[in-house]
Amino acid sequence: MNWLLVMAGAAVGAPLRYLTDRAAKTRFGLRLPWGTFAVNVVGSFVLGLLTGVSSERLHLLLATGLCGALTTYSTFSYETLKLYEGGAKGYAVLNVAGSLAAGLGAVWLGVRTAGLL
Amino acid sequence: MGTRGELRVVGVVAAGGALGATARYGASLLWPTPAHGFPWTTLTVNAVGCAALGVLMVLLTETRVRVAPHPLLRPFLCTGFCGGFTTFSTYALDTRLLLDAGDPTRGLLYLVATLIAALAAVWAGGAVTRAVVPVRVTPA
Repeated sequence: MNWLLVMAGAAVGAPLRYLTDRAAKTRFGLRLPWGTFAVNVVGSFVLGLLTGVSSERLHLLLATGLCGALTTYSTFSYETLKLYEGGAKGYAVLNVAGSLAAGLGAVWLGVRTAGLL
Repeated sequence: MGTRGELRVVGVVAAGGALGATARYGASLLWPTPAHGFPWTTLTVNAVGCAALGVLMVLLTETRVRVAPHPLLRPFLCTGFCGGFTTFSTYALDTRLLLDAGDPTRGLLYLVATLIAALAAVWAGGAVTRAVVPVRVTPA
C-alpha cells in the first residue's frame, strides 16, 4: 500500500513538472530554466506545509510521491551545467543562487504557514 | 506534436516518475536517516540521479549507436525517472531542519555538498559517456 501511495503521488507530480516546464519555455523562452525553478520552489513550499500534517499515508502520497517527483535535482543540475558550458556563466551562478535561496525561503514559509494553521 | 502524441509523453513521464520515486522511497527504507542525522541517503540519491541524467542525455542526444533512440525514451528516463528519483524539496526541507537544529555548520555543509556532488556527477556522467561511446553526431 505504501509503495502505491508513493507511485500515485509521483505519477501526478512528474507530469505536472513536465507540463510546467513546457509552459514556461513557451512563455519565457529558453534562456533561463524558469520551469524547473518554479516547480522546485512550489514543491519546497508544499513540502514545508506538509510538516503540519501528521498522517503517514498523506506524507507518502504528497511528500515522498508528489513533492518528490514534482521537484528535481537532476534537471536543475543539468540545466545549470548547460548554461555554464554554453558560455552563460553568470546565468548558471544566478540559477544556482536563485534556486537555493528561493527553495529555502519557500520551505521556511511553508513550515511557518503550517505552524499557523 | 498532436494531442495523442502529447498524451503519450505525459503518460511515460508519469510512469518514469512513479518508478523513480519508488526507487527513492526504496533507498530511504534501505538506508533510513535517523532524526537530526545527516541526510546521506538523499544526498546519494540526488548525486546518482544526476550522474544517470548526465549519461543518458549524452547517449540520447549526442551519440547514435546504430539506430536513433525511440522518441519516448528521453521523457521516460530523463524527465520521468531521473526527475522523479531526485528531489529538490526534501533537500530544501532537510537543509532547513539541519540549520535549525542548533549546528548551522552541518546545514551549510549539506547545502553545499549536495550542490557540488550533483554538478560534478552530471558533468562526469556526460564526460565519461562521451569518452566511452565513440560514435558522435551533431547534438540534437
